[in-house]
Amino acid sequence: MAQTTVGIRTVLVVGGSAGSLDPVLQIVGALPADTDAAIVIVVHRKAGSDSILSNLLAAKTSLPVKEVEDKDPVLTGHIFLAPPDYHLLFENRNYFALDASEKINYSRPSIDVTFESAAAAFGSTVVGVLLSGANADGAEGLAAIRNAGGLTLVQDPATAEVYYMPQQAILLGAAGQVVHKDQLPARLAALLRRQP
Amino acid sequence: MDPNIIREEEIEQLLAGLLDLYGYDFTNYARASLRRRINRIMIVDKLPSFAELFYKIKSDPAYLKHFVAEVTVNVTEMFRDPQVYATIRREVLPVLATYPFIRIWHAGCATGEEVYSMAILLEESGLLHKSLLYATDLNHNMVEQVRSGIFPMRHMKQYSENYIAAGGKQDFSQYYTAKYDRAVFSSTLRKKLIVATHNLVSDSSFNEFQMIFCRNVLIYFDKTLQEKVLQLLDNSLEQRGFLVLGTKENLRFSAIAPGYLPLAPKDKIWRKRQ
Ligand SMILES: C[S@@+](CC[C@H](N)C(=O)[O-])C[C@H]1O[C@@H](n2cnc3c(N)ncnc32)[C@H](O)[C@@H]1O
Repeated sequence: MAQTTVGIRTVLVVGGSAGSLDPVLQIVGALPADTDAAIVIVVHRKAGSDSILSNLLAAKTSLPVKEVEDKDPVLTGHIFLAPPDYHLLFENRNYFALDASEKINYSRPSIDVTFESAAAAFGSTVVGVLLSGANADGAEGLAAIRNAGGLTLVQDPATAEVYYMPQQAILLGAAGQVVHKDQLPARLAALLRRQP
Repeated sequence: MDPNIIREEEIEQLLAGLLDLYGYDFTNYARASLRRRINRIMIVDKLPSFAELFYKIKSDPAYLKHFVAEVTVNVTEMFRDPQVYATIRREVLPVLATYPFIRIWHAGCATGEEVYSMAILLEESGLLHKSLLYATDLNHNMVEQVRSGIFPMRHMKQYSENYIAAGGKQDFSQYYTAKYDRAVFSSTLRKKLIVATHNLVSDSSFNEFQMIFCRNVLIYFDKTLQEKVLQLLDNSLEQRGFLVLGTKENLRFSAIAPGYLPLAPKDKIWRKRQ
């Protein structure tokens, strides 16, 4: 089964909405400095909310943090943030692409869009994580990652500030593992650490 | 949405058909986004298979138009990214004011909200009388919309807020007349517009401008096509002219970059060197 596969993890994609800031900061704070994965974060936020979030993240890690611009290269050991008001896609394994089309699940960026695109571009080497939120966005995308053989982790709804989003993913059968909020950072750090 | 209803070979076949039959060249559009668009059209139009989609495109001219309008993304608004317009008002207009005659090109203007925003800035700076704004888009029906100057009334509250955030000091509602659910923009603003269809992929440069807007169009192109279009824009811009891209677009990967100075890096405004 995909969930037991060990090997190179090329991308970690993390999605969250209401109540996800805290777990996102904890996850980022625990990321290993030596990783061969690119880390991509998609959280719902207001258009024009600017650089506040990237500054918060950068304060937690020594890895470079960047809000993505069109056709930016996908780099390992970097943390990429979906910009407000654009969907974030992988054009292929090397480049990001942005898209300002209709909102999906009332959201732009939509977590589903990025997750589905990650599954299409990177297949079984993706690690997908879905956190707290009040919206169904992300569940279908997480299922796409799981179907492509990737590893999917969902924040235990009982430990989420807003249980709805992770619960939707579980109901859809998209959750490979359901993980307590406090255990997520260490679990992901272990997955991403460079294999000796 | 299942991202894989349409297979990669089918996309190739569709793009080849659109090019052969109608001269629309989407082959160098960014593929991830294009695939999403095509999937979305099939779902919204309830087309069960690729064969059905292809048949409709080949046999129904009205459907072809609809397809082209839907496959390209036309989302836009007035004073989109207000701070960009604030910068233009503060730093670009004083330079344009020194020219006897001002020519501006809005490439990929969609329904024209961007063009009307610029016309308002020019009017408020007393420059509109000596300006011409060329508004072009690939989609013919967009172009008709621009000409009409009619926009949905329900957006006016948002646009008025954007206008204020962009440094507007007047009453925004003076620029339009409300007619039921429509806002009809004043003929003063419309008088200086030249509206036409123009395909950035296949049409050439048609004039020289002091300022070019090409915002949120390049993101839908792959890197090869972006470069080709940036060359076209470069060929259409006078020395010391201003180039405005979308706020998540960048010149830095392009061969034309050394010929430009960043005027406002965050706002994605560059000035062409001498
Ligand atoms: C998202 S809109 C951008 C509108 C406006 N510039 C803005 O930033 O709000 C993109 C526009 O580019 C147009 N477009 C796409 N491909 C084009 C091409 N090859 N030539 C000219 N326009 C094109 C589409 O028809 C669409 O209206």
